[in-house]
Amino acid sequence: MSRQLRTGLFLVSALGLGALLVWGLVGLHSFGNYPGPYGDLISSLTKPQRHTANAVTAVVFDYRGFDTLGEELILFVSAGATAMLLRETREYDVSDIVDPVRSDATRAFGALAAIVLFVLGLNVVAHGALTPGGGFQGGVVLAAAFLTVFLAVEYHAFHRLAPAWFSEPLESVGVGSYLVYGLVALAIGGSYLENVLPYGTWGRLTSSGSIVLLSWASGLAVCGGFLVIFGEFAQENMAARHRRSK
Amino acid sequence: MIPLQVVAIAFTALGALAVVLARDIVRQAILFSIYGFSLVALFLVFQAPDVALSSLVVGGAAYPLVLVGAIARVRAMQKRDAE
Amino acid sequence: MSFVPYALAVWIFLVGLYGIVTSRNLIHITVCVTVCQSATYVLLLAIGYRTKGTAPVFADIPTEGRRVVDPIVQSLTLTDIVVSVAVAALLLSFALKAFEHHRSLDPAEMELKG
Repeated sequence: MSRQLRTGLFLVSALGLGALLVWGLVGLHSFGNYPGPYGDLISSLTKPQRHTANAVTAVVFDYRGFDTLGEELILFVSAGATAMLLRETREYDVSDIVDPVRSDATRAFGALAAIVLFVLGLNVVAHGALTPGGGFQGGVVLAAAFLTVFLAVEYHAFHRLAPAWFSEPLESVGVGSYLVYGLVALAIGGSYLENVLPYGTWGRLTSSGSIVLLSWASGLAVCGGFLVIFGEFAQENMAARHRRSK
Repeated sequence: MIPLQVVAIAFTALGALAVVLARDIVRQAILFSIYGFSLVALFLVFQAPDVALSSLVVGGAAYPLVLVGAIARVRAMQKRDAE
Repeated sequence: MSFVPYALAVWIFLVGLYGIVTSRNLIHITVCVTVCQSATYVLLLAIGYRTKGTAPVFADIPTEGRRVVDPIVQSLTLTDIVVSVAVAALLLSFALKAFEHHRSLDPAEMELKG
């Protein structure tokens, strides 16, 4: 099948698919008039029921905590499969990699930016229940702090800070604590992943019961998973800069 | 709809088209980063700060690194094949 | 006029599909898959939006009597964005493996041998 024929066939069927999608979406409420009961119900219940200020975090880690477990397992499996595939046929060692020469100003500023990002990441994870933030957002900011070290300083500094024997257990501890908390909640007598810890005072860092715990667990899991992925791809990035091949 | 939403929607539509029509993959990585920023603006205008936070780091740092790493490996292998 | 955000989601999805169908490079296909995923984020957030509503964070606004947008669709979207990077990394490592085997990134040059 030639390219022109394939493109023409696609354009015709895209028109049909587009018409079908538009016909389906016309049946929705008009933009801006969200009618549904569940969003309003949860918004009115997060403060009295869970003492949480951020309704989105309450939904992610408490009301729909099981879906978040599924997403974390997707991240876990993808990171593991990426590492497995890319480590198979690598023709050079880490010690053979030669970094490009960077100016001292770049390196100093990069190190400073990495420290600031790291503290910001911890802040975002910790305040998940109070302000926009939480485990997922803070986890990627933490991983970006390590990434700044790779980009601005050098690859060997990044490899010393986040080697495989650090990032893999970090990810496993994160996913494992999420699972284990669910079992603990089950053992105490509630349902899996139920919020059985005391809810605390509204507006404090220690409010919302298990949401803070699960937020930290998923922050560690996301940071670890991203460090595994970044570790592999940063090493791929230096593929043209090694002294010799095996 | 407020005008800010109209502008964000227009940028996102143009950005998606630009990402798909870019044939050089390094150029596509940079265009995807810009498209990610227009998505962040769209998410903010739709009153979703949590989504905008995660999309900012992902589109700004994580995804371009992963793309550029793969491209560098492919270029190194192609250069070694040519020798 | 109120259908425009839904039309934007359909447009982005179809544009991404066009990129996948007419692509000559496996890495280009991976980025177009991510563009298709972003269409679903736009659709989800457009469904939950309420005119003159604010973000569902109650740190400094009272819970009752204030229009807020839907928090449920935002929770689905934010976990999805973070996971899409990991899935894209997996797809790229597939592309690298395919390159090692066939020495080309063009999907048309790859014959599947049984």
